[in-house]
Amino acid sequence: MEFAELIKTPRADNVVLHRPFHPAVEGTLCLTGHHLIFSSRRHDNAEELWLLHSNIDSIDKRFVGSLGTIVIKCKDLRIIQLDIPGMEECLNIASSIEALSTLDSVTLMYPFFYRPMFEVLEDGWSSFLLEQEFELLSSVTDEWRLSCVNKEFSVCPSYPAVVIVPKAIDDEALRKVALFRQGGRFPVLSYYHKKNGMAMLRSSQPLTGTNGRRCKEDEKLVNATLRSGRRGFVIDTRPLPVAQQARAKGGGFEQEVHYPQWRRIHKYIERFNILQESFIKLVEACNDQSHNMDRWLSKLEASNWLTHIKELLTAACLAAQCIDREGASVLVHGSEGTDSTLQVTSLAQIILDPRCRTIHGFEALIVREWLQAGHPFQQRCAQSAYSNSKQKWEAPVFLLFLECVWQIHRQFPCSFEFNEHFLLLLFEHAYASQFGTFLGNNENERAKLKLPQKTMSLWSWVNRPEELNRFQNPLYEANNLVIWPSVAPQSLQLWEGVFLRWNRSSRFLEEAEKERISIIKYNKELQAKVNALRRRLAELE
Amino acid sequence: VENVRLLDRLSSRRAVVGTLYLTATHVIFVENGSETRKETWVLHSQISSIEKQATTATGCPLLIRCKNFQVIQLVIPQERDCHDIYISLIRLARPVKYEELYCFSFNPKLDKEEREQGWKLVDLKEEYNRMGVPNNHWQISDVNRDYGVCDSYPTEVYVPKSATAHIIVGSSKFRSRRRFPALSYYCKGNNASICRSSQPLSGFSARCLEDEQMLQAIRKANPGSDFLYVVDTRPKLNAMANRAAGKGYENEDNYSNIKFQFIGIENIHVMRNSLQKMLEVCELKSPSMSDFLWGLENSGWLKHIKAIMDAGIFIAKAVAEEGVSVLVHCSDGWDRTAQVCSVASLLLDPYYRTMKGFMVLIEKDWVSFGHKFNHRYGNLDGDPKEISPVIDQFIECVWQLMEQFPCAFEFNERFLIHIQHHIYSCQFGNFLCNSQKERRELKIKERTYSLWAHLWKNRADYLNPLYRSDYSQSQGTLHPQVAPCNFLYKFWSGMYNRFEKGLHPRQSVTDYLMAVKEETQQLEEELEVLQERLANLQKSQSGNNKVKSKQQDQSKQFGLYTSNNSLANTPQEYSNDLKSFPSRSPSQGDEDSALILTQDNLKSSDPDLSANSDQESGVEDLSCRSPSGGGCLPSEDSGKDSDEAVFLAG
Repeated sequence: MEFAELIKTPRADNVVLHRPFHPAVEGTLCLTGHHLIFSSRRHDNAEELWLLHSNIDSIDKRFVGSLGTIVIKCKDLRIIQLDIPGMEECLNIASSIEALSTLDSVTLMYPFFYRPMFEVLEDGWSSFLLEQEFELLSSVTDEWRLSCVNKEFSVCPSYPAVVIVPKAIDDEALRKVALFRQGGRFPVLSYYHKKNGMAMLRSSQPLTGTNGRRCKEDEKLVNATLRSGRRGFVIDTRPLPVAQQARAKGGGFEQEVHYPQWRRIHKYIERFNILQESFIKLVEACNDQSHNMDRWLSKLEASNWLTHIKELLTAACLAAQCIDREGASVLVHGSEGTDSTLQVTSLAQIILDPRCRTIHGFEALIVREWLQAGHPFQQRCAQSAYSNSKQKWEAPVFLLFLECVWQIHRQFPCSFEFNEHFLLLLFEHAYASQFGTFLGNNENERAKLKLPQKTMSLWSWVNRPEELNRFQNPLYEANNLVIWPSVAPQSLQLWEGVFLRWNRSSRFLEEAEKERISIIKYNKELQAKVNALRRRLAELE
Repeated sequence: VENVRLLDRLSSRRAVVGTLYLTATHVIFVENGSETRKETWVLHSQISSIEKQATTATGCPLLIRCKNFQVIQLVIPQERDCHDIYISLIRLARPVKYEELYCFSFNPKLDKEEREQGWKLVDLKEEYNRMGVPNNHWQISDVNRDYGVCDSYPTEVYVPKSATAHIIVGSSKFRSRRRFPALSYYCKGNNASICRSSQPLSGFSARCLEDEQMLQAIRKANPGSDFLYVVDTRPKLNAMANRAAGKGYENEDNYSNIKFQFIGIENIHVMRNSLQKMLEVCELKSPSMSDFLWGLENSGWLKHIKAIMDAGIFIAKAVAEEGVSVLVHCSDGWDRTAQVCSVASLLLDPYYRTMKGFMVLIEKDWVSFGHKFNHRYGNLDGDPKEISPVIDQFIECVWQLMEQFPCAFEFNERFLIHIQHHIYSCQFGNFLCNSQKERRELKIKERTYSLWAHLWKNRADYLNPLYRSDYSQSQGTLHPQVAPCNFLYKFWSGMYNRFEKGLHPRQSVTDYLMAVKEETQQLEEELEVLQERLANLQKSQSGNNKVKSKQQDQSKQFGLYTSNNSLANTPQEYSNDLKSFPSRSPSQGDEDSALILTQDNLKSSDPDLSANSDQESGVEDLSCRSPSGGGCLPSEDSGKDSDEAVFLAG
């Protein structure tokens, strides 16, 4: 297919662009296969706006006389308005954008066409291999092994080719366990707590069904992670009734009679359409122009978004508490084990593991716990808050996770190497990107699409020193402790950086950020100068 | 009383046993813990209510709520003791004479001269000079020199030159409590001014020629504008109801060239109830997000804050952008008027955003113009219906602005919190009484100390590290975002939950940056010394060992602050399921829980931020205590306490 077929009017002049907090500008609008480009050359400063078609969530058009207006709502929650003279041009442009922003074939997406203008120092596709992770692990314990049972993606299609499992369990047993867990997602190691040797595992629900089926290998696998005489916790991210209902559909939960060393805790983490609706309601409230304070607070409350944040953080803290304070191993699962499960296991690691609070460590966490663990990014992030598609599989699961990280970051502003912009970057690229990192739903699909060969990795770009610079937190001081956030409502705030990003003027906040950086920079410069002088003096003396 | 338990509001598991002392000025709780013996000091004047709850098996609970939003829950083993304490505290918390207040016994060990210097720190005459008055249009009037015209006004008032004593007196007779229009802020750049008064006694049709002349004079003092805004900060309905009582508002037909405007800020009773409701939300034990947001909305608190801010924005805009003078009033012109005038001044003039300027602002718009501190903040036992968080709301408006303009204010959040604290503490004489007249009669300046001098002395603790006087937001008029801006108003947990440290960010960016800046300063000094030494050395090449050893001592200090920044706390109660698990207590102290919060960084600061006590004693209180504490009790409240012997101490 040629993109040109979809572009009936590639260019329109005298278009007026409206954005909140910016004066309207007139300029030229161009459509290309993957971008909408608006450029104005008025006054002396030429200004260009490049928008990926894949970033467009919805588009509305209306007419006043022959002047057409297109309102474009983006997945990063920005809203822009274009006034286009001429009804035909406007209609053509609108229909082109609509078609180009809803291409159904992955291989037509921009990452397959994008040619980087920078030199790749390190290929991001091979920056985070599980083998390296395992090497680190084997230096502290020999209780685990790397299994290639899934190398053809045949045992579990949503798992990576290699996984870490207890040493005592062979591949044959793993195959049997896979049959007992939904989607073949048998329990694998998610995190090993060096401090006390406790492990966090994740899986999907066991397929006990109504007749209480059991699987000896599963019990053996799970118990193999316990120290003798120790207990473990199963954190089920569904409330008990939901878990019970799941039995009717063949799913279920670990019966305590069959897992006597394990205690089950049910936590409720919302998913799918309820989460998506919450997201939509919140964004609606943030875009509401009314001046009434009461309406804002009740809409914020009605969206339930912050409730989801609180519930998720609570569950993650609980998992971390079980591991660090109770000295117990933890198994986390919900139903499929690809959404709330990953939210909990990755947030718990942020709390427990100082490494995950560095830039490189956080990237590794995203790769390990989200990409390799088979979170279906392509399905979940197909649309954002403005779409009407209401597909069951669309849900801001990853955004909710990022916001929880932000909440912890806000409470521990000096303990993270990265800043808020880094989280924003991940949010944007999960929804629309020139990089292939977030394409596909799992490693299996990524391998089939040959993404590592055909597209550029986000990490290749972001890990270059000149880019990394922008994402560094000037206040960072390595903090090797476990950080326990508060989950009280008073301690949680709306993530303005995402939800109010386009609705508020950020000039003064940016000035503050600049000032923070310059205070620290000046201090470091002075330190260097003083040290140099001291050395020179010592030499002279 | 011994064996009293102090409960942690967030978690029933964390309670400490100690001894309770009552003194003439404080309630003191001393923990039994052998090493630290943490102390909690509460001034009697901070106590807002005491509640005795039903006796349980463990003892008799006593709930003390403070005006600085601290809530203390004690369990006293014997009911008789509890009753005695209750009765004593009720009496002690409600003094009937000013002389009983703490400021008359508080002695910071300053000599007479230092005390006098302290009172001279803020000088309103100097402030009006700074604004540019007296000048061709404005003058000081001595019409009120013996408080003869208006007993709640200061002796020195600034009025238009063309307003004769006859006009002023005439106008004052037509104004509620004789609070005639007087100058609050003058804008040098364009001659526009903000004046303030009380409501006119217009009833349904009354007029007063002098009052009309007075407004005319104010308008004419601003030659650049042909009209004057009259802003009534009340809701229209309230103002209309006042007409039946012979009061009311200006009729545009009777006054030439005025534009009349209602703003709609609710009265002190609505505000009192609103705060009450919000505090109930803050006190909820483990509320859900919905409970909290719903309660916050239902309290209406943020709506009221926004109304005050909007009024200030309106006036600042009129003065700065339209160049039009404004007369502001409410009913008596000492609550809403003070709020609105001071918010507008703060927006208009960067000087008020400095530390000194902010003190001046409070002195000008609140203290001198007779804001009834004693009645509003219940310093002496009085009518509970007079109590209302009027200045608290102003202080919150400032905080909300600080959140929007992080580099615009010279001072930090702690400065605001300490001012709020001392408005209620009665430790300093500044906010005693209801008017200047009463303060003079009590000889406050001779018998008590000034808060401003105390804050000024410790100003290093109150600096905003991000303040840059050369940034755009630090200059000229501040323009807060107007629409849509509801989401910009946030719950201030630093104030209303300030004693629940567990709820706050665990690391403070402000404190961190302050430490960095301090270190930077030391480095600058050292750099200079080193450069000098290098120069000397190169000149003479002769060793100078003495200096060297000294320098090395100094250098050891660097980098110290960083180690204080690794912080954590213990987990909260994330799940009830864990309780029943037969295992170790989750809050068992280990190395993570030992070091909590940023208190280590705060050590240098005024202890009464957290200690809530006489800063001379320098004691810490429970808020400094780590939320995990060293001495955690098992979760089950056993009844053993009640069996033990008790006796009164002190």
